[in-house]
Amino acid sequence: MTDRRIDTVVVGAGHSGLAMSHTLAARGIDHVILERGEVAHSWRTERWDSLTLLTPNWQSRLPGHAYDGDDPDGFMAVPEVIDFITGYAGTISAPLETATTVTAVSPTGDGYRVKTDQGAWKCRALVLASGACNRPSVPAFSRAVPASVDQFTPMSYRNPDQLAPGGVLVVGASATGLQLAYEIQRSGRQVTLAVGEHVRMPRLYRGRDIQWWMDASGLLDERYDEVDDIVRARNLPSPQLVGTPTRITLDLNALTDIGVRLVGRIAGVNGDRAQLSGSLRNVCNLADLKLGRLLDTFDEWAVDNGIDAEVDPPERPARTRVEDSPPLALGLGSEICSIVWATGYRPDFSWLDLPVMDPRGRFRHDGGVADLPGVYLLGMPFLRRRKSSFIHGAEDDARDLGAHLAGYLDATARVA
Amino acid sequence: MTAVQVNNGVNVQALLDAREALTNAPEAAQFKWRAECKWVNGTHSSSTVEGFFGLGDEQRHRTTFKFDADHPEVFASEDNGATPVELVLVGLASCLTAGVAAVAQNREIQLKSVTATLEGGMDIAGILGIDSDVRNGFDGINVHFNIDADASQEDIEALVAQSQKRSAVFDIVTNPTNVTVEVN
Repeated sequence: MTDRRIDTVVVGAGHSGLAMSHTLAARGIDHVILERGEVAHSWRTERWDSLTLLTPNWQSRLPGHAYDGDDPDGFMAVPEVIDFITGYAGTISAPLETATTVTAVSPTGDGYRVKTDQGAWKCRALVLASGACNRPSVPAFSRAVPASVDQFTPMSYRNPDQLAPGGVLVVGASATGLQLAYEIQRSGRQVTLAVGEHVRMPRLYRGRDIQWWMDASGLLDERYDEVDDIVRARNLPSPQLVGTPTRITLDLNALTDIGVRLVGRIAGVNGDRAQLSGSLRNVCNLADLKLGRLLDTFDEWAVDNGIDAEVDPPERPARTRVEDSPPLALGLGSEICSIVWATGYRPDFSWLDLPVMDPRGRFRHDGGVADLPGVYLLGMPFLRRRKSSFIHGAEDDARDLGAHLAGYLDATARVA
Repeated sequence: MTAVQVNNGVNVQALLDAREALTNAPEAAQFKWRAECKWVNGTHSSSTVEGFFGLGDEQRHRTTFKFDADHPEVFASEDNGATPVELVLVGLASCLTAGVAAVAQNREIQLKSVTATLEGGMDIAGILGIDSDVRNGFDGINVHFNIDADASQEDIEALVAQSQKRSAVFDIVTNPTNVTVEVN
């Protein structure tokens, strides 16, 4: 089969790739979206059963498309997210090639060749919207865990029924770690949660959803070139939030209340012992202090913008409770029968034969503009704005990068 | 209001420049810290610290520093120096204190005084071999900082928290480290 030619190839039909498609269509740019499975593939295949969005429904919006149901303050479960994204693909008549896996991307003289299991495409511009969460990121010492302990990641975990009876170690205090610790503890298994640095956040603050505060105060619009340390900002764990009908706050104190045991971050595995750091108190202090500063900024913003009287009075959550002497080791195969590594994700660019990676394997880019002409990245944490990884963050990023891409195509067309 | 120059005696710009330079030259960030210890008599030993490796080359302290260690008279020793475990507390205290100063400078907080008081608990049934269930080392360490600075209580707490986060000795004490000991 001869290579098909097109101006722009978008890899990935999740919310980011579709938002970009909408932008490109509005500019009359000829493009195709290549998707290894169906629209919203990873939502269909790589999520645990109870997952809901961390953002309320009113915040679920894509360019030209918004939530229009009767529960704006609720949170979508995975099937609703799939419907939302799939509905969007239909609404915008996205030019999709589904069941098409990109196997290699290489440079050509004036653009790129995108090889798939359904033939190859030649394009001038390339948008990588294949997701930030392709592979679980698990510490190397997980290989030293005794075989008698079952190991899971958020990609292989679906629900507590998969787990053997007996103690469960959940590693990681992001939204994922806390949500899984909560449901596994409630399934009757004793959960121990290994806690490193984390981002504490109440679901509601002064009667409003925390996402409302982040949105209204402009924090979510903060740009990647405005923050002090963008590398750190991009690597922050997800905030400790859960989307439930009763809008509960799921923080470490809430887990302690139901019997979860908090321990320090896992430092290594030595035989049948998991070794734990003695830094639990400090990481909790850091998160408590940081939350205090965040709430201070919201309070100041409320006063400055004249809504201080409209919302409930300021409040501060209780400090995170840490036992006096948390254990420094756990017995693997005895106390702990299963481990869930909620230690984050990495994108997978193994199919990309382009010189865009730094020596540590990270994609080099400036707000999504790769330092390779005509190549763009979308849908990564804090790509261009604090909201970049959220569904509603795709619109502004796709608009900015779509404009850059259009400029690139125009300029190279003139040269040609 | 006139801007007051904060000076805690820390050259933060040099540290930030070093961070920038070493981000792009990871091999220069590889350091080797060294100490040499000679037995004197009984439990008394004398250690020196002089050379180290870093920034791709051998480096030297301005002078050779000497540390005597011994055990107190209640251990039937001559008490010619601090005990090794007290030197560990000294290491932790001075690392955290240096961190407080550096973070304060970076955050433009003027320090007036900083005092750290440390206490490590230990059941010596461990080192005496009385009870094999008791570990040799500390069963916990308490650090109390008394800080007078032009900052709110929350900002001072944040200084101390950030100092722990960036402290080498805090990491050494709170996390396991492989130790290889060879002879001759």
